[in-house]
Amino acid sequence: MNLEGRKLAIGYPDRLVGTDLDVALQKGEVLALLGPNGGGKTTLLKTLLGLIAPKAGAVHCAGRNLGDYTVRERARILAYVPQSHVATFAFTVEAVVLMGRTAHGTLFSRPSAHDRAVAIAMLERFGIAHLAERPYTMISGGERQLVLLARALAQEPQFVVLDEPTASLDFGNQGKVMNQIRALAASGHGVLFTTHDPNHALRAADRAYLLRDGTCVADGPIGSVLTLDNLTALYRAPVKRLTDPATGEQAFLPG
Amino acid sequence: MTRSAAPGFAIALAVLVAGLLFAFTVGRYPVALGDVAEFVISRLSGRASSLPPAVENVILYIRGPRVIAAVLVGAALAVAGTAFQGLFRNPLVSPDILGASSGAALGAVIGIYFSLGIFGIQGLAFIGGLAAVAAVYVIGSAVQSRDPILVLVLTGVVVGALLGAGVGLVKYLADPYNQLPAMTFWLLGSLSATAPADLIPLFGPVALGSLVLIALRWRMNVMSLPEEEARSLGLATGPLRIAVVAAATLVTSASVATAGIIGWVGLVVPHLARSLVGPDFARLLPAAAILGGGYLLLIDTLARSAAHIEIPLGILTAVIGTPFFIWLLASVSKTWS
Repeated sequence: MNLEGRKLAIGYPDRLVGTDLDVALQKGEVLALLGPNGGGKTTLLKTLLGLIAPKAGAVHCAGRNLGDYTVRERARILAYVPQSHVATFAFTVEAVVLMGRTAHGTLFSRPSAHDRAVAIAMLERFGIAHLAERPYTMISGGERQLVLLARALAQEPQFVVLDEPTASLDFGNQGKVMNQIRALAASGHGVLFTTHDPNHALRAADRAYLLRDGTCVADGPIGSVLTLDNLTALYRAPVKRLTDPATGEQAFLPG
Repeated sequence: MTRSAAPGFAIALAVLVAGLLFAFTVGRYPVALGDVAEFVISRLSGRASSLPPAVENVILYIRGPRVIAAVLVGAALAVAGTAFQGLFRNPLVSPDILGASSGAALGAVIGIYFSLGIFGIQGLAFIGGLAAVAAVYVIGSAVQSRDPILVLVLTGVVVGALLGAGVGLVKYLADPYNQLPAMTFWLLGSLSATAPADLIPLFGPVALGSLVLIALRWRMNVMSLPEEEARSLGLATGPLRIAVVAAATLVTSASVATAGIIGWVGLVVPHLARSLVGPDFARLLPAAAILGGGYLLLIDTLARSAAHIEIPLGILTAVIGTPFFIWLLASVSKTWS
C-alpha cells in the first residue's frame, strides 16, 4: 500500500505553485520534504492530503484516486499533524486527542468507550497521559506537538503527514519528535514530514525529496540525496559538511 | 471529564430555578412563594387548588407565557451564540454576526410601516432574518477565497450595514406619532406583549434549531478547529457549516421575531457557560441553553419590576453586557492569543 502523486501540478485556483512532480511514500518508510520557503512544500503536502485538488495529474492512495475518497474515508487512512498552534478554545488534552476519532463515528455519534480507550492509549504511547485533564492552551510547545501526534494516531491511519514537526521546539523536544517519527515507521506507518533542517532528515528519514520553486531537485535514499552539492543547489547558499570519523555519520552546517 | 462538569450544570440550573421563582413572585401583583408551590402541586396532582382565581390568572395567563418566552429566547440566543463562536473560531462573536438581527429588524419595521398585525410583523421579522443570512451565505460563498470564514463574516458586516440603512429609511418615512414609537420599542426588545399564542411560533423553530445544534455538539468541537485541520480529521466542513448556520439562524430569527432585538445575551452567556463547564461543546451547548434561559428570565423580571415603566430589554442587556465585554476583551488577550 502506498501514497503516490503522479505528474502533479499543484497550486491554488489563482496560482500555480509547482508542476510535473512525482512523489511516492511506502508504508513503514519515512520521507523528508526539504526546500526553501515558498518552494511549494506546504502546497505539495496539502495536495497529498487531499485538502486541495491537484491542478493536473493525480494522487493515488492504496491504488485508488484520492479524490474518490469521502472526507471520512480519507481521514481513516491519512492523518495530518499541523504545525503546533494555540487553539481558540481551551479544550482539555484528552478532548483534543478524542477529536482524532471523528472519522470513526457518524455525524451525531458521541465518542464510544472504544474511542476513549484509543485516545487514552495514544496519550500513553507518547508519555503524556498525565496531561489528559490539562487545557491544551496551557501546555508547552513540545507537549502540544505530542498531543497533535497522539490525535493523528487516534485516527488509526496508514500514513501520517507532519508539517514542520520540529519548528519552534527546543533542542531536546526536537530529538523526541524525531524519535517518535522513527517509531511511527517501525509500527508500519508511512510518514512524510517537512523540515528546514537537513540534519532532522538525516536523523529520522529513509528518503528525502528536495523541492525548489515547485520543481523536484532530487528524490531518493537519504544518503544519496542529502549531499553537499544538492543542498547548496537547493538553498542557493553555502553549506558545510561534518563527518564523524568514528561512525561516518554526517551533519550539515549552514553558512 | 463528566465529574468536573456537574457543579457547573448545578449552578446553571440554580440560576434557572432562581429566575423562575423570582419571575413568578415579583411584580405589580406580588404572589407568595407558597402560592406558586401550591399552584404547581395542584396542577401536577390534578386536584383543585384553594388559590384565589386572580392569583391563578396571574401565574397562568400573565406571567406564564412571558416566563416561557423569556426562557426560550434566552436559551435560543445563548445556543446560537455558542454555535457561532465555535463556527467562527472567535469568542467575541454573537448570533447576529451574519445579519439575522438586522434582517429581522428590517422585516419588523416594514411590517409596522404597513400596519400589519402582530403576526404579520413577527412573520416578516422571521423571514427577514432567514433571508438576510441566506443572502450573506450565498454572496460569501460566491467569493473565491482561501479563508471562507473571514469572507462570510465580512459579508455579514456589509449586508448588516445595508439592512441597517433600510431600517433607517423606513423609520424616516414612518408616521412619527403612531408608527415610529412602535418601531423604536420593537427595536429595543421586549417581552411585555407576549401572549400564549406567541409561544407556538417561537417554540417550534427554537426547539428544532437547538436540537440540531445539540445533536451536532461533538462535531462542533472539531468545527472550531482551523478549516483544513477539521477536514483532515474527517469532517465534511462545508455541509456541516451550512447546517450549523441554518439551525442557529432559525433560533435567532424566531427569538428576534418574538422579542425584538436583544443584544449581548448571545455573547455573554456562552462565556459564562464556558467558565462553568469548560469549552467542550458537548457540555457547553446544553449548559448555555439552561443558563441563557435563566439569565434572560432574571433580566426580564428586572425589566418589568425595577421601575414604574418597563425598561426595554435591549437597554438592560447592554448596560450589563458592555462592562462584561470590556472585561472579556481584557481577559481574552491574556488567555486566547
